Amino acid sequence: MHHLWLIPILPLAGFAVNGLWGKRFSRSTISTVAVSSVVLSFLWVLKVLSGGVEQPIKETYFTWIQSGFVNIPFELAVDRLTAVMLLVVTGVGSLIHVYATGYMAKEDGYYRFFAYLNLFMFFMLLLVMANNYLLMFVGWEGVGLCSYLLIGFYYLKNSATTAGNKAFIVNRIGDFGFSLALFLIVVQFKSLTFDDVLRGVQAVPVEQTAGMITAICLLLLVGAAGKSAQVPLYVWLPDAMEGPTPVSALIHAATMVTAGVYMVARSAALFLKAPVAMDVVACVGLGTAVLAATIGMTQWDIKRVFAYSTVSQLGYMFLALGSGAFAAGIWHLVTHAFFKALLFLGAGSVIHAMHHEQDMRHMGGLRKYIPATFWSLACAWVAIAGVPPFSGFHSKDAILLAAHAHHPWMYWVGVATAGVTAFYVSRAMFLTFFGDFRGHGHPHESPASMTVPLAILGLLSLGGGYFNVPHYLEPVLGAAHEEHPFSLVAISVVAGLSGIAIAWFLYIARPGLADSIADSLGGLYKLVHNKYFVDEFYFATVVHPIIGGSRSLLWKGLDAGLIDGIVNGTGSVARRVGSVMRRFQTGNIRSYAAWVVAGSVAVVVILGVAGGVR
Amino acid sequence: MPPLPQELINGVPINAYLGLSAVLFTLGVAGFLFRKNLITVFMCIELMLNAVNLSFVAFSYKHGKVDGHLFTFFVMVVAAAEAAVGLAIILTVFKNRQTLLVDEVDSLKL
Amino acid sequence: MDVILFAIFAFLSVACAVIMIAQKHPVSSALSLIGVMGSLAILYLLLGATFIAAAQLIVYAGAIMVLFLIVIMLLNAGEEPKPSHQSLIARLLGAPLIVVFLGALGFIIYISIPTEETKVTFAAAKAGSAEDVGMALFTRYLLPFEITSVLVLIAILGAVVLARKEME
Repeated sequence: MHHLWLIPILPLAGFAVNGLWGKRFSRSTISTVAVSSVVLSFLWVLKVLSGGVEQPIKETYFTWIQSGFVNIPFELAVDRLTAVMLLVVTGVGSLIHVYATGYMAKEDGYYRFFAYLNLFMFFMLLLVMANNYLLMFVGWEGVGLCSYLLIGFYYLKNSATTAGNKAFIVNRIGDFGFSLALFLIVVQFKSLTFDDVLRGVQAVPVEQTAGMITAICLLLLVGAAGKSAQVPLYVWLPDAMEGPTPVSALIHAATMVTAGVYMVARSAALFLKAPVAMDVVACVGLGTAVLAATIGMTQWDIKRVFAYSTVSQLGYMFLALGSGAFAAGIWHLVTHAFFKALLFLGAGSVIHAMHHEQDMRHMGGLRKYIPATFWSLACAWVAIAGVPPFSGFHSKDAILLAAHAHHPWMYWVGVATAGVTAFYVSRAMFLTFFGDFRGHGHPHESPASMTVPLAILGLLSLGGGYFNVPHYLEPVLGAAHEEHPFSLVAISVVAGLSGIAIAWFLYIARPGLADSIADSLGGLYKLVHNKYFVDEFYFATVVHPIIGGSRSLLWKGLDAGLIDGIVNGTGSVARRVGSVMRRFQTGNIRSYAAWVVAGSVAVVVILGVAGGVR
Repeated sequence: MPPLPQELINGVPINAYLGLSAVLFTLGVAGFLFRKNLITVFMCIELMLNAVNLSFVAFSYKHGKVDGHLFTFFVMVVAAAEAAVGLAIILTVFKNRQTLLVDEVDSLKL
Repeated sequence: MDVILFAIFAFLSVACAVIMIAQKHPVSSALSLIGVMGSLAILYLLLGATFIAAAQLIVYAGAIMVLFLIVIMLLNAGEEPKPSHQSLIARLLGAPLIVVFLGALGFIIYISIPTEETKVTFAAAKAGSAEDVGMALFTRYLLPFEITSVLVLIAILGAVVLARKEME
């Protein structure tokens, strides 16, 4: 008995303690409770995994739902795929918790922040450890809730609460797709347990055209697109940067947004039977990668750049999944967790140093002031740009090779996007750390609670490529792609390096050149800078009609008119009847007597008509 | 149909008593409706009670039992109590409003 | 003999009742009512209800009507003035209602009890003496008897409370 339940329960206990009594605790108590709950969970994960996971470990605790032929137990399971996710979630999660104690040291609502963060950890762990789709959905929804709570953490800021709403609502659309997929799975496989479904689908032939399995996979993709910010449901992720930076790092880089990738990887057996759906996944991923990378080139807010970068890298993961290289997608998930969390935490450190300035135009030359942050971020920089032999190179390479094997044109688009990726990250680094200091005030280095996690993540970003994740995942996700044609690898490396070089040229060698290029491109630049006006499009076509319809039809028509009308109408009818009946009460005794006599006459007459009193 | 003279030798038909009771009762109702003085109205109530007493006794004779008489007895007791309390109320009304007219005691008007 | 007595006293009672409701002065009405009650007492005697007849004269005519007369004279009730504001209902429906009422009652009486059935003679009265009434009252009707005594007590209390002077 491995007591798997301890892994999610420890953060839940941290949430309960901090949530109920945190108001009275000192800051050190709150951080101790919060950080230790996650660290202990991480240690327990290590203990569970120490025995090796060739065979999955399953523990059933009780039957949750029993209805007709549907039997859903509360069952936690750990196999190699879950193990990888657990290590990422608890490991990177612990580092971010430690970082947050330093970053949020001066903020209000300290206990609330850590309570929500722990609650998030609970739901995320439930999600990855669930052994059936419904329990995973519970974790799925829970992380969406925590995301909403944490994005809107600065609840007095209008933009923050709006962003929280946006995230939750767009996520809901994805959840709707996921729910429909669950219904279809129940209809098709009579069960929601992973074992039943994934074994049951082996018996189904590969669908060449659209069929039930394809429908299920496409609906699962809708859910994943909502949670993992793919086209067209990615619009919430850039706005989610309103939340505190540790939140952006944990939820919107390393863990929650990867839930969609995990879910598709877990359902690999389903997807392999529906090639149409796999193609859709690959196209969605590739399209998202390209779109977000181009937008990231033009943004000035440092967190926005990294947000679009996250969307783009998630697109790469979906490209991998769609090309059949599920293990490569998970590998990129792991390395991305390292370097993206590092990028966000580093950005947080920069913002902290610049006293909450986030616009890169007001930064510059910071490597003299905050060297620890700079060197850690440099590790992430080379990782994400795909420079060998660091982590990002290995995982991105695996994806591109798998894409090439699937459809060669996808490889070329992916390589071009890799170049753009290197460009925008280098642009951000150059604008922030090189050149002349364009800001005001005196930047100072961050405390150790923030720089030590940065350093650890930096080392992981550099060396993480040597955790051979696809090999580890073979028992679960099938054999890894073994070919490594040198030419293709070389081309992707060259693309990355050229991206860095172009950025250096535009921002270090000829500083004014970038702006003049932007001006000469005019309308095209404006289009990209304004994020292709997608938000405005959504607002005009979806949000505005719904609000208008709700206001005029549902509010004024139904609620005020019909329901209030019925309620008020009943009252006014009663009043009118009363005012008529009131005329009987004249107070005149003789009229009362006359009515009594009239009544008794009526009784007597009826009696007579009925035949007397015999 | 009304009894023929030779039949009357035997006695008064019971219907006559009942008819008389009905007439007296109706006269009481008429007085109750048409008189304006409170005390007169009260007296009409007593008339109605008496009419009912007559019909009770008549039925008691018809059935040969004594229960009707007892009922009449109780009616009389209650009428006495009612007369006492009712007249006390009339006294109070007169003290408060200085009027004995039925039409002017109308403050229950809505 | 019974018939003649019945006729005389029935006519007397109706006449007194009509006078009662037609008189303007309350004292005259009260005196006519005493006349009604006296005639009714004779009619009770004709029906063989000796106890009830005595009770009628003692309680009704002797006590209740005297009380009425005392109150009339105490309140110095005068003649009724002209009608002030009448009830429309009473004026419109009053007379027709009375006629209909009487007619309906008469109709019921005559269809319920055929005329040939019972004839009333004094000699044929089977029960009604004081002995009979007493027997029934204290055996079968004991509970109502006790309760009515409580009722009379309450009425006395009520009358005393209502009619006393206001406490200063």
